[in-house]
Amino acid sequence: MADITPGLSDGPRGPKPKKAFSRANIILYGTLIMVSIYYLLPLYVMIMTSLKGMPEIRMGNVFGPPMEITFEPWVKAWSQACTGINCDGLSRGFGNSVRILIPSVLLSITIASVNGYALSNWKFKGSEVFFTILIIGAFIPYQTMLYPIVILLRELGLMGSIGGLVLVHTIFGMPILTLLFRNYFASIPQELFKAARVDGAGFWQIYFQIMLPMALPIFVVAIILQVTGIWNDFLFGVIYTKPATYPMTVQLNNIVNSVQGIKEYNVNMAATLLTGLVPLIIYFASGKLFVRGIAAGAVKG
Amino acid sequence: MTVISDPLMHPTKRPRRLFKNLMAKLASIPMILTAVVVFVGGTAWTVLYSFTGSRMLPKTNWVGLDQYERLWSSDRWIISITNLGIYGSCSLVLTLVIGFSLAACLDRKIRFESAFRSIFLYPFALSFVVTGLAWQWILNPDFGLQSVVRGWGWESFVFNPLNDANTVIYGLLIAGLWQGTGLIMCIMLAGLRGIDEDIWKATRVDGIGTIKTYIVVIIPMMRPVFITSLVLIASGIIKLYDLVVAQTGGGPGLASEVPAKYVIEYMFRAQNLGQGFAASTMMLCSVVVIMIPWAYLEFGGRKRG
Repeated sequence: MADITPGLSDGPRGPKPKKAFSRANIILYGTLIMVSIYYLLPLYVMIMTSLKGMPEIRMGNVFGPPMEITFEPWVKAWSQACTGINCDGLSRGFGNSVRILIPSVLLSITIASVNGYALSNWKFKGSEVFFTILIIGAFIPYQTMLYPIVILLRELGLMGSIGGLVLVHTIFGMPILTLLFRNYFASIPQELFKAARVDGAGFWQIYFQIMLPMALPIFVVAIILQVTGIWNDFLFGVIYTKPATYPMTVQLNNIVNSVQGIKEYNVNMAATLLTGLVPLIIYFASGKLFVRGIAAGAVKG
Repeated sequence: MTVISDPLMHPTKRPRRLFKNLMAKLASIPMILTAVVVFVGGTAWTVLYSFTGSRMLPKTNWVGLDQYERLWSSDRWIISITNLGIYGSCSLVLTLVIGFSLAACLDRKIRFESAFRSIFLYPFALSFVVTGLAWQWILNPDFGLQSVVRGWGWESFVFNPLNDANTVIYGLLIAGLWQGTGLIMCIMLAGLRGIDEDIWKATRVDGIGTIKTYIVVIIPMMRPVFITSLVLIASGIIKLYDLVVAQTGGGPGLASEVPAKYVIEYMFRAQNLGQGFAASTMMLCSVVVIMIPWAYLEFGGRKRG
């Protein structure tokens, strides 16, 4: 505190300007930088390892930058890495993941947005009950529903196919997405809906002409949520698909944790990075929307 | 829906009720099917079949509580439960402490806040498989952290959690915290931003120190945020599976087995469905035990709107 003597009582009264290097600040920034290193270390190590040749890795330092940069591990991970007898690399898993991702995202968001719209504007007897069950269902461990879904998919003839996995993702994405859309549609003024009703618009007309155009931001949030969630899924992929249709995460795990052959750590890390690339790009490109998406996911229940 | 009115008394009532909002009902069919068939039906089916001796295919030869007796006398299940208990309690406490501390640091009006936030949150965008494999490599005894520190001259340095049955669960914890704390930090930060600036002014006037203010004033005010975080962390812990499969494969030996993995191994590899159903029912029970007090706290006081 600036010392205040009676003679200087009309001196500066505002808060003392903060020193940039106060002790508290050094501790604060020091802590943050240390923690940042812990968070950045794995990414850094993965990138460095994936750019080294195997002889250099055997010599030594995982933290050191590569002496000789090589992109061969990336090429190998993408097109030659082996899982069992297939040696066509991660590109197969990438293709499968894309073919799973696109229909899953479209289907789950379409259904959930209509659900949310019906739940907020067209309540019918029992609608809240079904919604409550849906939300409680989000907390039930997946393990209790895995086998009944196997039976269901077998009955439908979808077991092991990409279509089956799309259905599973649609089912398990429904609680959180429905909640997201229901809350969003509920925040749109009811007068708008009533005016459209008075003008004689029906269920679908109001949905397509009024609600859908207004809900674009929440659609973007839902897409981010679903793309990262479905891309990162491992459990459903490993259970409901067969080797030919394994998504990228499952194939990655099989490549890296395979017991046969010599371990090529650089190829493994390149493969890991390749798998993480899609969600990382979405994360860094979407910025605040990603945070909004997970915040929406966080307040479920 | 289930009300059956007397057709003679109200000849037009029933059809009108059924057809009211018909389009909304039709459009909700996927939701209704998911809620009733998959969530309620599936869960009930699994619980029911956990009382059978199903092996390769589900059969209705009732065996009472045999599967549960076998489950609780199985070493592998006991190891799984113990591991989940250790991982769960450490993860719960550390995630809350680290998440809150980081959020509090970021809330001190610092520079580069968004850069720090991006760094803390990016692991959350990555899958558990990627997380597990990355940390498997860093914790590799021959090339990773241990060998680097030894290379610096500390020859006797030992840090090899993934190959030591006693510490493997902490190896998983390091990776799990790396992936998950960013989310909790984000939620905590949102909670801190919601606290009135006047509170800070008032505590400053009263001469209460910064850290004391956080502990005595701010944390009690953020109770709902903490409860949300708690539920999120807890429901994530019970699902712990991918990380274990990718990082350790349950090894060394059975040292890092977890319940979710036990269920899947018995259902889909050991072809012992009944055991898998019993184990998954136990998982369900643990969720119910967590959820009921939470639902009571959250919705017990006031009626749900």
